[in-house]
Amino acid sequence: MNFSGAGDGQKVLVSMDRIDKSFPGVQALADARLELRRGEVHALVGENGAGKSTLIKILSGAHAPDSGTIAIEGKVRHIRSPIDAQRAGVAVIYQEFNLVPMLSARENIFLGREKAKLGFVSRKDERRHVEELFARIGVSIDPETLCRDLSVAQQQVVEIAKAISIRARVVVMDEPSACLTLQEVERLFNIIRDLKKHSIGIVYISHRLEEIFEVADRVTVMRDGKYIGTRSIEQVNISELIEMMVGRTIENEFPKVKASIGEDRLVVENLCRAGAVDNVSFSVRAGEVLGLTGLVSAGRTEVARLIFGADARDSGRILLDGKELRISSPREAIAAGICLLTEDRKAQGLVGALSARENFALPNLARWSCASFIRQKKERSVFAKYIEGLRIKVADQDQPAGNLSGGNQQKLVLAKWLESHSNVVIFDEPTRGIDVASKYEIYLLINELAAAGKVIIMISSELPEILGMSDRIIVMHDGRISGEITDVADATQQHIMELAIA
Amino acid sequence: MSRFATNYGMLGVLLLICVYYSVRTIEDQHPTGKPAAKFLAGQICASGVESAKVVIAIRRTEDESLFAETLKQLLEKNNIEVVDTVTGSPLDMRNALNQLIDNGRTVNILATVHGNAGVLENIKEKIPALSEAIILVPESHRFPTFLLRKNLLNVMNQIAVIAIVAVGMTMVIITGGIDLSVGSLVAFSAVAAAWLIRRAGGGEASATAVTGCCIAAIVLCGLVGAFTGTMVTRFTIPPFIVTLAVMQMARGLAFLISEGQPIHQIPDSFTWLGRGAEPLFSIPYAVILMGIIYLAAHVMMSHTTLGRYIYAVGGNSEAARLSGVRVYVILVLVYTLTGLLAGVGGVVMASQLKSGAPTFGDMYELYIIAAAVVGGASLKGGEGKVFGTLIGAFIIAVNNNGMNLTGVKSYNQYVVLGAVILGAVLLDTLKKRK
Repeated sequence: MNFSGAGDGQKVLVSMDRIDKSFPGVQALADARLELRRGEVHALVGENGAGKSTLIKILSGAHAPDSGTIAIEGKVRHIRSPIDAQRAGVAVIYQEFNLVPMLSARENIFLGREKAKLGFVSRKDERRHVEELFARIGVSIDPETLCRDLSVAQQQVVEIAKAISIRARVVVMDEPSACLTLQEVERLFNIIRDLKKHSIGIVYISHRLEEIFEVADRVTVMRDGKYIGTRSIEQVNISELIEMMVGRTIENEFPKVKASIGEDRLVVENLCRAGAVDNVSFSVRAGEVLGLTGLVSAGRTEVARLIFGADARDSGRILLDGKELRISSPREAIAAGICLLTEDRKAQGLVGALSARENFALPNLARWSCASFIRQKKERSVFAKYIEGLRIKVADQDQPAGNLSGGNQQKLVLAKWLESHSNVVIFDEPTRGIDVASKYEIYLLINELAAAGKVIIMISSELPEILGMSDRIIVMHDGRISGEITDVADATQQHIMELAIA
Repeated sequence: MSRFATNYGMLGVLLLICVYYSVRTIEDQHPTGKPAAKFLAGQICASGVESAKVVIAIRRTEDESLFAETLKQLLEKNNIEVVDTVTGSPLDMRNALNQLIDNGRTVNILATVHGNAGVLENIKEKIPALSEAIILVPESHRFPTFLLRKNLLNVMNQIAVIAIVAVGMTMVIITGGIDLSVGSLVAFSAVAAAWLIRRAGGGEASATAVTGCCIAAIVLCGLVGAFTGTMVTRFTIPPFIVTLAVMQMARGLAFLISEGQPIHQIPDSFTWLGRGAEPLFSIPYAVILMGIIYLAAHVMMSHTTLGRYIYAVGGNSEAARLSGVRVYVILVLVYTLTGLLAGVGGVVMASQLKSGAPTFGDMYELYIIAAAVVGGASLKGGEGKVFGTLIGAFIIAVNNNGMNLTGVKSYNQYVVLGAVILGAVLLDTLKKRK
């Protein structure tokens, strides 16, 4: 193996070599490898489907490799189950945390290895231990707080504390910053730097390339299940990384094409919902892309849900093309020509048990049913066009939607709403957890929709995306609009952050 | 093809159980009725005895009367003399035969069914004049009792009520709910129908009146279902609790209306639905009704928007709502349909038993749920096929019938039934896990 980077003084912590893994019909990994050194932050990047998750799951014992070796601190280990991994000193913090919501932070940290005498748990000892841990990390969380009452960032801290407590030598973080605000991300980085000082090796998986440049020491790129290369962070730049990830150069990350903008189409007046949205008013014109941003609980999704009728509004009016809309359910919103692509596509965007085709058809059945009898042939042919046009990867139309990859699920959701021919399209975090190539395709689609004179509201936490694709930006804070930016070309991330924190 | 196997894999289990009981119930079948007569006529004619003088001996049952009539017709058509037909108890037969002998008639063939052969042997010994006569019975053959058409049709008729209500239960389970009240609703419907019929003339009630009363009972149960659905949606009370409460109330109402006694003032003609069969293949009308309901339900679930919405609500009701599905309406509809089907079940049962009693449908909800779950419906929701439930119902019915035929004691039957249900679901779970 040939790794560039620092010299021999650093000991190798984890060495994964020649890892192969296949699932029925798919070769997930072919000759993949990873080398992690003590005290380093090693980023792992690649498009969706590149194999990052599978490689990590092999390290954590969730999958067994078909062939290849894993060595931890020089010794070859046979990791066949999560317990083997834990014994080998590997801790993984997944995107969906492994915490029991109804138990306290302390109970979760000691889950499975309680400090107990004759079966009676010694709460005092555990509590002391947890308080010391939290102090070391630099957070003040009451160990007795139930995990369901903790914020996402706090839950993540509990997971990290758990990893330290079990004396993990290797901590893997899978998209740790996905649900965090900028401040919380900073705090996370501080924790990571502290872990480094204690010679813990960290594998950091993220789609946010700018973050990687801030926190990582080296980066490994994977593509199509194969190892592409490892670089020291000082010796590489973003476009080189993207080129390695995608296999080609992507010229323009945000292919924004300004559509001809017409009159006001969607007008929102004095929207209120107790505890979430406070007197929000704005308007969007035909062909315009309105970027809606702010911190995680600023109320952006809540505004979208009010417009879509998913939640009941306490007061306020919604007008589309001059007419006031009485919307009290998503059904009525869809009938009025409004659609919402939800933030959480698995839990809210798709019915996992139904097939891809049935999900696609759900809001659109009226188009190809006669007296409530579904004309399946027509349904198949319409869906086939979208599969081709959006390049959705499905084994066949009847594959359960829950089995598709994240990017394909998002494309399926897109197809569903495109077919509804809505005039107002609200995207809530449209490119979260999606590979670079698919992101690009979604941006092109947004351009097309704008060119057709539709109204687009794009909610996003990724400021480069907001700046790259919006015609106008509204920043929210605490349920209220804190600012509007009409001159996007001259706007900066700094400016938006100031409005978001205000 | 593999999707068919996943959805209807229980068919294999059903076939296995059928094969098992077929093998275990192979025994000598002694024909009666028309087919027996044809056999015997053939035998007698083939023996070429032109000078045969035949006496047909039978007991006073419908089957044997039919046998005697048919045999007489066939023999006379072939110019064989039928001296007489003697009917009744062994004593009656003996007296009648003595009478014939005393009147100077000669008898050289005694034709009967297998069951009476022993009796005739005895009579032969006692009447010297008959010592030369031969006793002829239709040949028996070995065949599984289980597979006799009469038995299979009986099995289907017995499970009809449970199977019909199970259609509704399947839909409820697909939406992630459960309905424990169906057994009580069967009783409630039967009692309500019987009570109304009694008021409309009892045993003398006209066909229209009876039909009207039945429809009223069914509609009433539908309303109860709508009430259940409203409680579940509007007040978000778990279906288990709501239907538990309705189960008690419906059973109580059934007892109240009937004052604790079965109501039997029902016209005889009403039993056509529960006991009658169509003339061509003798398929019971209740079974035909069951078939129609299943076909309609299958078409609805697989080919209509309503079916799609039911699966969507069961798979992920929030995602369904956000895609424009009227979740509340679908749920209320599903519980209403189940109520209606329980109502139909009660009417069929009243027709089968020619009465309406508050004790009907006891524990039926368990068998109905078992039929749906064995048939592949998942209690988590989102999965299940209507025809799968039919297979599940058949598995239960076939197993019970088989155990009866093979003489399994009734206490043991409970244990076996429970084991079969658990085994079937276990098999299904393991298969799906692959």
